[in-house]
Amino acid sequence: MSKATFRISRGSGGDLTPEDYEIEIGEGMVVLDAVHQIQSEGASDLAVRWNCKAGKCGSCSAEVNGMPRLMCMTRLEDLDLSQPVTIEPMHAFPHVRDLVTDVSSNYRAKKSIKPFKPRKPDNADGTWNMKQEDVERVQEFRKCIECFLCQDVCHVLRDHHKHEEFIGPRNFVYSAALEMHPLDTEDRVGDLKKDQGIGYCNITKCCTVVCPENIKITDNAIIPLKERVVDEFYDPFTKLFRMFKPKK
Amino acid sequence: MNGYTTHEFDVLVIGAGGAGLRAAIEASGTGAKVALICKSLLGKAHTVMAEGGMAAAMGTADDRDSWSTHFADTMRGGMYLNNSRMAELHAKEAADRVNELEAWGAVFDRTPEGRINQRNFGGHKYRRLAHVGDRTGLEMIRTLQDHGIHQGFEVFMEYTVVDLLMDGGRVAGAFAYERNHGTFHLFRAKAVILATGGLGRCYKVTSNSWEGTGDGHALAYHAGAEMRDMEFLQFHPTGMVWPPSVRGILVTEGVRGEGGILQNSEGRRFMFDDIPDAYSHQTSDNEEEGWRYITGDKEARRPPELLTRDHVARCIIREIKEGRGSPHGGVFLNIHWIKENLKDAEAHIKKKLPSMYHQFKELAGVDITKESMEVGPTTHYVMGGIKVDADTQMSTVPGLFAAGECAGGLHGANRLGGNSLSDLVVFGKRAGQYAAEYASGHDMPTVDEGQVQDIAKETLAPFERGDTGENPFQIQHALQDMMQAKAGIVRTHVEMTEGLEELQKLKARAAECGVQSNRDFNPGWNTALDLKPLLACSEMILMSAINRKESRGGHYHDDYPEKCPEHAKWNTIIHKSADGTMTRTEAEIPAVRSDLQEIIEENQR
Repeated sequence: MSKATFRISRGSGGDLTPEDYEIEIGEGMVVLDAVHQIQSEGASDLAVRWNCKAGKCGSCSAEVNGMPRLMCMTRLEDLDLSQPVTIEPMHAFPHVRDLVTDVSSNYRAKKSIKPFKPRKPDNADGTWNMKQEDVERVQEFRKCIECFLCQDVCHVLRDHHKHEEFIGPRNFVYSAALEMHPLDTEDRVGDLKKDQGIGYCNITKCCTVVCPENIKITDNAIIPLKERVVDEFYDPFTKLFRMFKPKK
Repeated sequence: MNGYTTHEFDVLVIGAGGAGLRAAIEASGTGAKVALICKSLLGKAHTVMAEGGMAAAMGTADDRDSWSTHFADTMRGGMYLNNSRMAELHAKEAADRVNELEAWGAVFDRTPEGRINQRNFGGHKYRRLAHVGDRTGLEMIRTLQDHGIHQGFEVFMEYTVVDLLMDGGRVAGAFAYERNHGTFHLFRAKAVILATGGLGRCYKVTSNSWEGTGDGHALAYHAGAEMRDMEFLQFHPTGMVWPPSVRGILVTEGVRGEGGILQNSEGRRFMFDDIPDAYSHQTSDNEEEGWRYITGDKEARRPPELLTRDHVARCIIREIKEGRGSPHGGVFLNIHWIKENLKDAEAHIKKKLPSMYHQFKELAGVDITKESMEVGPTTHYVMGGIKVDADTQMSTVPGLFAAGECAGGLHGANRLGGNSLSDLVVFGKRAGQYAAEYASGHDMPTVDEGQVQDIAKETLAPFERGDTGENPFQIQHALQDMMQAKAGIVRTHVEMTEGLEELQKLKARAAECGVQSNRDFNPGWNTALDLKPLLACSEMILMSAINRKESRGGHYHDDYPEKCPEHAKWNTIIHKSADGTMTRTEAEIPAVRSDLQEIIEENQR
């Protein structure tokens, strides 16, 4: 058994003060375990969101030593424990209390995306046929656990606060999952350009770096969507061609 | 006087996992005004943790499958304590619900012909689980969420219901607090659907998240509903055992479905040592045949690792008790051995079990393509729950419906893996439909202001005691330790008697717990309020278990280690009597309809 110190941001409504907690740590512990231990040893009002404790629900997002991480998947043995471990709430969202922020803007942005609209069923019983290789592309995007770490790290949201004009990496991944769904017939390209701010993204790839599901957000989702925007709005030949092509 | 905000709806759905979301979608579709309340953020409910798949007799991977075989498998797995009508409806409707998810955007893994693929699972005769790698629950909840947000119901995220309101014998709504600021909300409704999931947090070692505190079970019980079969808990055979901080986290049965084997410290596949008579005709007795089954050979019988969960969990306990366990008190689950039979085994494992690979690599430092996992039983699921009408899902309280894990009956004494995800959508849909129908035929019930004020006062009581009261986390931990020791996977009369005595002391401690600070997102306060449902559920489990003097499914009684035919004739019923005490009766199981009985008998041959 050894000891470690955790420097946790405490306070409400953005008025935060770092407080140090020293606890005994055990084998295999993750940051979320430390937070729970601090709660049960006295700071019972220490606010934190969590659910599955296995990296599957995306609830316990925070900034550990300045990096956006899932607390349940950050092992203490991978951190430098000779210094206090800082745990702060995500910076890109309005603060509620301690490690909890108001992430509701992400839900509002998602609702602005046109829902799935499948083509007519392939079979008489109302089902479809799809090849495994055709679904794998969108299965990558559907792994997303909505932890919003990509939104947190994105400078368009974090530094420029464009929450109402820019839906952010998570929601581009969702748009890509719909746009590249083998059965979908909806067109979302105009919305991405006009209302959802895809042009703000200048592909710094910070979102890809922090994704706990290792989704290649920039390369596989955002860039192909940007290409569709370019094709539809800026390429003169495609534009001409589309004028005569029947709508899918 | 405590202030609160009042909301009015036709149908109020409490819980936003698979069942709650499906119910809200269905009820909204009828034109009813619907609210969906969830304790966490939308999309984080425990459904997200389901891994292996969703059982439905679609016959896409094996055309011999049919609803009748699925029905018979469910009844056999439940050791015939199931509500047979629920098992029938479930088997008949599950395939439609899978196809419906696809129509709403779910992307299941495919067969070579391009249809929805299905995988092997314990207790299912044929390959029957529609799946997406090992993250099927995520696919289901996200599909329902993304479809649901466009259906017109209103979502209340991070609201916790503390009590139901009654108008005479009928449910009249619910009283809740909102988590971020602790404000109070009164939801008046003509019909209420409970879809609150399980109660695994009664135990120390569990796969359940903080939310699994049996809220719906307790709300229904306190509202006067009958509860059935509360002695039957599913201890999933494979939870992680190391490191200590992740003890209990689920390791999907899909590992065994893909060919994973269980071994003791001597390297022996101990599941071959004890194959129950009811399954001997469909279980292989050698490794070669077992592997052929995994690879799809229709002539081969299932490997014994795919016996039902209750049995596998007990075999694991036996190995550990007899000194043949793994270093950290589990046994070994080995999937890497398939490289003996499969050329690209490493890629295959990562493709079929990506989140297991991830989970062990990151949390335990184990590469499952090369090393065995250490696993042991973990409290996973409660078969018992609110007694409901099979067709409508209404409880014995008028206007109060239940669906999913908090409802009882479908699974009998033991649930088959994969039957939960299908349960959620089959009965979520039914609950939504019939709750909306009930609401359209009834006026808005009356709410008693005195009742509301009493609830509000009780909800704030932990603040009154403040620092002088005991820390609620300590009481929760003490309860979890007690239930683990006295009502766990192997039970004795002496221990359960002690458990009931200790429970009374814990109730007294809970009544004196105190919390600091204010109502803003305060986990101490929230935990103090969770103690009430946890204690009610623990008492229901102990009261039910102590009376079943046999071993069956999820209830293993060490003093009576055998099944007893006399005990197959009744279900345990718990309800709150007029004087407020918990009472227990044995309700005779009605005769199974003759055509269903014939199906059961045909499948026993």
